[in-house]
Amino acid sequence: MHAYANPTRFLSLARPLTPFLLFGGIAMVLVACAWGLLATPAERLQGDTVKIIFVHVPMAWLGMAGWTGIAIASLSELIWRHPLASHAARAIAVPGALFSLLCLVTGSVWGRPAWGTWWVWDGRLTSMLVLFFLYLAYIVLANETRKTSGQSRIAAIFGVIGIINLPIIRFSVEWWETQHQGTSISLMGKSTIDAVYLWPLLISAIGFSLLFGAIVLMRMRASLAQTKVDARLKRMAAE
Amino acid sequence: MKAKHQRLTLALLALVALVGAGLLGAYALQDQASYFYTPSDIVEKKPEAGTAIRLGGMVEEGSIERSADGVTVHFIVQDGTARQKVTYTGITPDLFVEGSGVVADGRLDGQGLFVAETLLAKHDENYIPRELEGIDMTSSEHKTETLVQ
Repeated sequence: MHAYANPTRFLSLARPLTPFLLFGGIAMVLVACAWGLLATPAERLQGDTVKIIFVHVPMAWLGMAGWTGIAIASLSELIWRHPLASHAARAIAVPGALFSLLCLVTGSVWGRPAWGTWWVWDGRLTSMLVLFFLYLAYIVLANETRKTSGQSRIAAIFGVIGIINLPIIRFSVEWWETQHQGTSISLMGKSTIDAVYLWPLLISAIGFSLLFGAIVLMRMRASLAQTKVDARLKRMAAE
Repeated sequence: MKAKHQRLTLALLALVALVGAGLLGAYALQDQASYFYTPSDIVEKKPEAGTAIRLGGMVEEGSIERSADGVTVHFIVQDGTARQKVTYTGITPDLFVEGSGVVADGRLDGQGLFVAETLLAKHDENYIPRELEGIDMTSSEHKTETLVQ
């Protein structure tokens, strides 16, 4: 990773990668949504509301993957003082918060017809809401510390601590009785979701992941540019 | 010891402490954080009649009886070991069918009948197209070719 510690070298990779991720992601999401909405059959009990999973599940995965990214970036900032780490973590926080919110909203819209309620305070829904709040807190903290001292040590520590919520989200449906259903998709064993739904879901997940990556790269580039501007203004003021 | 290694050790120790604290917390919560009682929990913990509790489990096959008034429904919730008789008056959600999951808020009356005030359906982890209904998903491979529209 330290090969890319140099922002110039990072930018030479990020610049061509951004449009590839952006347009690739948009194309895959469009394909997955068209396939998912038009070409999949109604579910045995849920009917057509099943189709919300093509957005809901990728949002949930990426909301959680986002915090994993923040935690990794925060660790590499605390331990190796990687110069891009704080830029990466701050860049992830906003799309992470957005995706978590979309996960909650789409889940709520699904819950109304399927369960009969918009919201319940069970383990899964509550821990996911906590993740959304953690993102908001992280954004405020990282912005504030950057403005006042340029140091993001406290935000980095918060980023590492927050990771404890991820296993709670993942295993909430196994540790406790919850309103939310158990895990349907398994990498190793057999998935309990039919292949007609699984394929568009996987394409949608990859598409949203590429989009997420594109947003992060764009925000990192903007953040690096802002640092450069700040440094130049400081130099000019000093002269 | 280089400063970098010192920070690495500290960070690893902090992570171990953090995960330990999280696991201890989750262990301490245990069924306190459970969203509902199963019928076995009711047999085991014997909640008093009249206290508000939440019951969750599967609707037993063949147990749903709708009353003549059209809005009262009697059914049995089971979890494989215990059974609980339930009555509910109101409109039931779409996913409320025999063999599927249900979560009900309510209280036990003196005679061991659970009187539900709200009734939520619970979806399980199986996502099966309507065309495949009735096919045993656990024994048959997924057959996508039969589903292409």
